[in-house]
Amino acid sequence: MSSRSLTLLLFLVFVAITLMITVWASRQTKTATDYYAGGRSFSGFQNGLAISGDYMSAASFLGIAGLIALFGYDGFLYSIGFLVAWLVALLLVAELMRNSGRYTMADVLSYRMRQRPVRTAAAVSTITVSIFYLLAQMVGAGALVALLLGIKSGSTFLGLDASQAKIATIVLVGALMIIYVTVGGMKGTTYVQIVKAGMLVTGAALMTVLVLTKFHFNLSELLGAAADKSGKGAAFLEPGLRYGKEVPGDATATLYNKLDLISLGLALVLGTAGLPHILIRFYTVPSARAARKSVVWAIAFIGTFYLMTLALGFGAAALVGSKAIIAQDKTGNTAAPQLAQTLGQDFGGDTGGAVLLAVIASVAFATILAVVAGLTLASSSSLAHDFYANVVKRGNATERQEVVVARVAALIIGAVAIVLSIFATKLNVAFLVALAFAIAASANLPAILLSLFWRRFNTTGAVAGIYGGLISTVVLVVFSPVVSGKVVPGIGGEPATSGSLFGLGTDFHWFALENPGLVSIPFGFLCAVIGTLLSKERDDEKYAELEVRALTGAGAH
Amino acid sequence: MEKTPEFVALRRALRRFVFPMTFAFLAWYLLYVLMSAYARDFMATKVIGNINVALIFGLLQFVTTFLIAFWYSRYASTRLDPLADRMRDALERDER
Repeated sequence: MSSRSLTLLLFLVFVAITLMITVWASRQTKTATDYYAGGRSFSGFQNGLAISGDYMSAASFLGIAGLIALFGYDGFLYSIGFLVAWLVALLLVAELMRNSGRYTMADVLSYRMRQRPVRTAAAVSTITVSIFYLLAQMVGAGALVALLLGIKSGSTFLGLDASQAKIATIVLVGALMIIYVTVGGMKGTTYVQIVKAGMLVTGAALMTVLVLTKFHFNLSELLGAAADKSGKGAAFLEPGLRYGKEVPGDATATLYNKLDLISLGLALVLGTAGLPHILIRFYTVPSARAARKSVVWAIAFIGTFYLMTLALGFGAAALVGSKAIIAQDKTGNTAAPQLAQTLGQDFGGDTGGAVLLAVIASVAFATILAVVAGLTLASSSSLAHDFYANVVKRGNATERQEVVVARVAALIIGAVAIVLSIFATKLNVAFLVALAFAIAASANLPAILLSLFWRRFNTTGAVAGIYGGLISTVVLVVFSPVVSGKVVPGIGGEPATSGSLFGLGTDFHWFALENPGLVSIPFGFLCAVIGTLLSKERDDEKYAELEVRALTGAGAH
Repeated sequence: MEKTPEFVALRRALRRFVFPMTFAFLAWYLLYVLMSAYARDFMATKVIGNINVALIFGLLQFVTTFLIAFWYSRYASTRLDPLADRMRDALERDER
């Protein structure tokens, strides 16, 4: 049996199991609380696993391993930012949010404010963040399938050529996520996350042990081999190959590169606690204490996983080599699957290679599928609970109506994501993820923190903060080198190419940084504060009520 | 309720821990990012074999994250939860 058919088989097994869980979960889903929050019946440990499942996207599994494999140390920067970010969620957000909200992020923001403007703003930013993140995952899935199934240009698989296979994958992934969410609701989606997180951590642990065995469990030996094979020597183990590059003789370019690194670092560490699909996970547990436990478990799983990506990335650099990785995929996204194949071959011949590749490839599919389901759930919940029930119906919708609308919303958002992804297959996946984090940090985080901790905060402040952060992030990215005007000089006499979305010759950028966070995050906070002070609205009594509920859990849903 | 000495004590106990701690870990993380950008020679110093300061600094970020998470959950279960429980019980008894 070829690796390709084994991959398909394993993937079908995963799909079959998760669909069975989904159908089972749908029978347990009767109330709105069941649909939106899984009946708040998950334990801290279960939710910790599910959070890890929601968080460890293909971007972190394939993307970070690939970055480390190609650029060495700099890939590690991502892991550190993504992990430390969880302390913001643990110390400032998780428990208070669990106690004061019900189904969505906007429940907390609108607690003491005028419902309609705040919920509208929160729904807009929730859906924007989720759609960018969804696009990243689905575009990644399409590219991955074409590569993993080995469909090169000119050849076909099941009668599909590479670009048709990409589209078919996007449609399939989209259809499955719609089924998980509409049928299984939060309960089904949570179990999908749990299964996937278990698979991902096990798969990564297996490869880590194999890599370390090759290097006699000696980290220094592994690093040395990776540095040698990379052709970059000791620089491969130091910061600076990818981020914050020093351009000799050009102080301005060097300054901008370094500011870009700091800007990325900020968005990574502050974005997590503003991601809607992560925030709604805190509602699936019965108490603030369980929410705390779930974050502590999530930190343990995610931290361990990122430590393993170090071994995977440097292992791929040492055993597969950057030449072979770049030959397969320029961005390095296939480094982990390629490493699996090499390791399998070393330990079990061609069969071993095929089996391990198939296992890791199906883990990658499961990863993507689970994350997109979480994102679809978050955005459809917000559309139904915030926009339909509280803005359109002004809080007069019945539970039944709300859940029906939520299911329809999941269908619509899923369909929109499929269509957008098909048109977006040329977009860079890492850019889409970084953009989602930047919006979450600039638009959502200020509003969340200020509504939990600032007595004076009010409707104008919340609305100004959300739209200010959201618009500034998007505008800065549109006028950044990511979209236009970045010229990549050709190496060895080859012509220069465009490093932007637009080709050479189109250049309308005026913002020098690729990551907007350094400007847009402070701007989001500033808008929220100024907006607050410009309005006279102030409700000390309602804030006291929110504070008592948030801190003690009295009256919490 | 929000003016009772118990609630003021609970709020103070929470804020006394989470605000300084947030400040500390963000500063520690930013120091790491800034050193990665501006102190490259120091980060490149080899310590044991091929293991350099940059790697150790990065791994220390993992260690401190794990420790802070552990420390906070200990602090919360001994210092915050008992206070919160007592007040919630009192509030819910009043409602009945």
